[in-house]
Amino acid sequence: MVLARPEVGTRARGTTARGSAARLGLMVLPVAFFAVFFAWPVLSIVGRGLKSGEDWRLGRLGETLSRPEILDVLWFTAWQALASTALTLLIALPGAYVFARFDFPGRTLLRAVVTVPFVLPTVVVGTAFLALVGRGGLLDELWGLRLDTTAWAILLAHVFFNYAVVVRTVGGLWAQLDPRQEEAARVLGASRFEAWRQVTLPALGPAVAAAALMVFLFTFTSFGVVQILGGPAYSTLEAEIYRQTADLLDLPTAAVLTMVQFVAVGAILALHAWTVRRRETALKLVDPARTAHRPHGAGQWALLAAVLGTVALLILLPLGVLVERSFDTSGGYGLGFYRALQGVDDSGGTFLVPPLEAIGNSLQYALVATVIAVVVGGLAAAALTRRAGRLVRGFDALLMLPLGVSAVTVGFGFLITLDEPPLDLRASWILVPLAQALVGVPFVVRTMLPVLRAVDERLREAAAVLGASPLRAWREVDLPLVRRALLIASGFAFAVSLGEFGATVFIARPDRPTLPVAVARLLGRPGELNYGQAMALSTILMVVCAVALLLLERIRTDRTSGEF
Amino acid sequence: MALLTVTDATVRFGERAALDGVDLEVAEHEIVCVLGPSGSGKSTLLRAVAGLQSLDGGRVLLAGADQRGVPVHRRGVGLMFQDHQLFPQRDVAGNVAFGLRMHHVPKAEQAVRVGELLDLVGLPGAGRRSVAALSGGEQQRVALARALAPRPQLLMLDEPLGQLDRTLRERLVVELRQLFGRLGTTVLAVTHDQGEAFALADRVVVMRDGRVAQSGTPLEVWQRPADEFVARFLGFDNVVAASVSGAAAQTPWGAVPVPAGSPQGPGRLLVRPAGVRLGGPGEGLECTVEARTFRGSHVAVTLRPAADAPPLEAECPLRDAPEEGARVGATFRAEEVVVLGG
Amino acid sequence: MSTTKKITVGVLAAALGVGTLAACGSGDKDSAAGTGSKTVTLVSHDSFNASKEVLAQFTKETGYTVKVLKSGDAGEAVNKEILTKGSPQGDVFYGIDNTLLSRALDNDLFVPYEAKGLDRIPAELQLDKDKHRVTPIDTGDICVNYDKKYFADKKLAPPQSFDDLAKPAYKDLLVVENPERSSPGLGFLLGTAARYGDEGWQAYWKKLKDNGVKTVDSWEIAYNQEFSGSAGGKKAKGDRPLVVSYASSPPVEVLFSEPQPATAPTGVSTGTCFRQTEFAGLLDGAKNEAGGKALIDFLISKKFQEDMPLNMFVNPAVKDAKLPELFTKHGVVVDKPHTMAPEKIAEKRDQWIKSWSSLVLK
Repeated sequence: MVLARPEVGTRARGTTARGSAARLGLMVLPVAFFAVFFAWPVLSIVGRGLKSGEDWRLGRLGETLSRPEILDVLWFTAWQALASTALTLLIALPGAYVFARFDFPGRTLLRAVVTVPFVLPTVVVGTAFLALVGRGGLLDELWGLRLDTTAWAILLAHVFFNYAVVVRTVGGLWAQLDPRQEEAARVLGASRFEAWRQVTLPALGPAVAAAALMVFLFTFTSFGVVQILGGPAYSTLEAEIYRQTADLLDLPTAAVLTMVQFVAVGAILALHAWTVRRRETALKLVDPARTAHRPHGAGQWALLAAVLGTVALLILLPLGVLVERSFDTSGGYGLGFYRALQGVDDSGGTFLVPPLEAIGNSLQYALVATVIAVVVGGLAAAALTRRAGRLVRGFDALLMLPLGVSAVTVGFGFLITLDEPPLDLRASWILVPLAQALVGVPFVVRTMLPVLRAVDERLREAAAVLGASPLRAWREVDLPLVRRALLIASGFAFAVSLGEFGATVFIARPDRPTLPVAVARLLGRPGELNYGQAMALSTILMVVCAVALLLLERIRTDRTSGEF
Repeated sequence: MALLTVTDATVRFGERAALDGVDLEVAEHEIVCVLGPSGSGKSTLLRAVAGLQSLDGGRVLLAGADQRGVPVHRRGVGLMFQDHQLFPQRDVAGNVAFGLRMHHVPKAEQAVRVGELLDLVGLPGAGRRSVAALSGGEQQRVALARALAPRPQLLMLDEPLGQLDRTLRERLVVELRQLFGRLGTTVLAVTHDQGEAFALADRVVVMRDGRVAQSGTPLEVWQRPADEFVARFLGFDNVVAASVSGAAAQTPWGAVPVPAGSPQGPGRLLVRPAGVRLGGPGEGLECTVEARTFRGSHVAVTLRPAADAPPLEAECPLRDAPEEGARVGATFRAEEVVVLGG
Repeated sequence: MSTTKKITVGVLAAALGVGTLAACGSGDKDSAAGTGSKTVTLVSHDSFNASKEVLAQFTKETGYTVKVLKSGDAGEAVNKEILTKGSPQGDVFYGIDNTLLSRALDNDLFVPYEAKGLDRIPAELQLDKDKHRVTPIDTGDICVNYDKKYFADKKLAPPQSFDDLAKPAYKDLLVVENPERSSPGLGFLLGTAARYGDEGWQAYWKKLKDNGVKTVDSWEIAYNQEFSGSAGGKKAKGDRPLVVSYASSPPVEVLFSEPQPATAPTGVSTGTCFRQTEFAGLLDGAKNEAGGKALIDFLISKKFQEDMPLNMFVNPAVKDAKLPELFTKHGVVVDKPHTMAPEKIAEKRDQWIKSWSSLVLK
């Protein structure tokens, strides 16, 4: 029989305690990974700069930040990032709309192609882009207009790089917005523009903000583009950190700048996390396949034409020039440079191995990096899935930080920390994929997390009640549901690793150069054959990236399209 | 010995106690229905028994064994979720066989058992169908088959028929009771629908604010609600303050006869609508008919007493129902009057 | 390394299972780099290259296998060694030039070793004669290169000296590298300082600036994009027929053309050259000292010295090494390169770079 007694017993620790223990268990690897391969090296190198003996010299912060040339760098960094972001949004938002709402032949292919610049190494992009705005470039030939060594070249190259970020982040959501919402507004008397402004824009707002912040982050930390296109007169924080560290070995200045960049990037990321959370507010989403239609009416055709024209001019043309040059041998168009890639030059080539082997190396490195990124990022995402406290959310943001820390800082950090067995990895090949994985993890987490969060907790409970252990429940319930997201995450990690250049060049392993490193080495030599081979290798890299991305397009799920 | 014994179970969410010292026993082969409004803690009770929710106090014993520290998947209970929670990526057979796979039942045996269960729940041959293509009722049946498959010692149902339409619900509830009877399943169900609970259960437990308000057979609870809360929850609105003295009680409706043995003194009193008899004006309490609601077998009549007293609900046969606005007199039958506790 | 650090490393490594990773990572015989190891590690800059057969010869002669670590461009590679001082990445560092030498010596990166066969190297190259902390391996000249076709078409004589470069006839023709970031750029700046003196070089650069000198960040951009005489520059429609590059660039331009032309498309303005000497040294804290010493001996052996020109496009430091035909045919002999003492470079470099950048860039 039942009695109600208002008594409170001792606190029993049941499954919740076990759950959080499991969550902690999941976190061990990602936390250790980030501690050893990110936090420790970065803090060590910063510490070297700011410590003299055992004392911290925080006064250096103020000293450094009051130097006029440093202020110039800070000002230019912020200014160009802001301008680049604005320009990217201006040019890419119509593109986002067109890719989201119009159905036209080659749409899928084109969407993969516009993403190619994003994963290409900056050496290649810089070279390709010079062909557009540089001397003898298209603008030069048509109107005698040259933009290289101007800020415009940097801004346009940033648009080139980040076009896909906007198209994917904003367009992905746009494609899923129910057009009937706008129709409802029209029926209620709103004009076409008014309906867009009142209904669609507010719904897109957070996605636009998130995309803008990502673009801002990428352009704020821009390095290669600024160096190649900007010329010696322009320097961003990232480029300045490189210069202070690698060229001048002025560690105190580098440390101060690293901290400034850290704080700035942290703020951007916090803002980004906030907008993403806001984006999770309930929107009525529909299958993107149902919202796209063939353009009708002169206005829509004109818009489509304008967007395709922009894409052609800004993205296809520079990439095309790269391809063209890879075939343009002194004896007319031919496969000469590609053939030359196969063998070590008899007369003493640039490499100890044929450049073509660099492709194999790159693929192997990228594969290992992908595995590491997927394991670390996957575990982190799994741990972050459960509703969790502030600590865990902080870790979420922390995972993004490698995107904002200069590769030279990490690379030099590796040098001074990973120097004792069993962590004497400085000469080990594993360092390359480890460094690449640092950049890949944020992408994996970003892709997996929304999908994992969308898995109903009660499905896992249903599995548990039916006798599945937590691990088994994850395997049986989560894994099948997130398999596609996992594939996409792997693909992105793979593509990013493939193109990663900054960290890879620091990690010496000359007998096994990666594709971007090989390109850079070839470009560093005089002679037609070297230049041509660099173009040929870049073309191959581009094609590999494009194919990887095209495969991803096929397995894209609508759930993940909103995230980048 | 009871199959399930819950003693003094307490669960807190912050300041609020979702379960506040709940005691409950379920005997083998018994069907117990926990009834209560949303937020009364009934789902939390199920989750605590399943191990999905840890207790802040008290104990859960299954077949005499304390379940503290026993993880969900080792408790051997079945739980059918409110919205089924079928695995979307598996077909019907895959869902039903899930628990069998977890318990390492051989493949061949799994297939046989899945076939049996699908027959049992009235979905023969549906194994290859995708769960997304099923209707609500069919999903319900699959969820039931899935929960039954590993032969849980205790089957728990969370709002088992909640989302189904009325006719289907009424039919299924009968089927379920027959099925459980045939299989000898021990069942702990929760619902907010008293009709469902009374039709399904051997015993009903009414919960309020994390505590057990009343427990008994459906008839007991129906006939003798323990307090005003239970009475109102069961849909009885004729509850007024009363002072019992001997065989009658003084109420705002005048003197109302009470059954013999009713507790004496001030308290609350319930008159079931069936206990309100309508006669001509001047007979008993003078009232105006305010509204009539057709209820199929009878008509529910809302009466507004002439004196300053709460409205009164009456039930009368179709033929005898007075018109709206008619003036009637109401008298009370002692056997339909309950003096409430608390 | 402190005990705490050791413990931290151990624990973290165990947690990550990195030990295994590292082990399989360097599973090839080079993992055990302890004393008596058969692997000797050479740290160098990105331009290092050697023929396989030559390295195999070293293994055959000494039993040591060479493992090469390319550690970034010249300045970066040195900086990395300074950072990891005491716990170096390898045993021998090769590729430090006279512009950076004092930075390395001041930081005590190297331990003395007197290589066998040192007597075959001209005394003027031996900049650490007394202590033998570094051994000269090769020399190279940073010189202005010119586009032969351009000057032939214009019927203009190519410039031959620093003075020429500032003449109006050569207005808007020269592209140079930023000395802050590029070692040929630095070499060229030092060349002008050697020629015009501590005080005079700024005036000279003012003239150069007025004469339309263009500055870019790297040799790659200068040579492959801006210079009209190189294969890459031709494609990029480079419009500067004068570039700061190396004396060895013309033969290399020939080497990497298909088919190879009879004469090089570019020439060298021999009066604008600055001599760079590259050194090697035994790193302090080397795990395989014996192997390192053997490697330094080998670096100045005739075999390696004769292999070097076509791999790294530099000149041998030893007197008895023969230059390959490509160099004798298409290269030039720089008789009187400009030079500067490493101590002076160390003293003035940073200050000059700073003055240069406010003078030329701003």
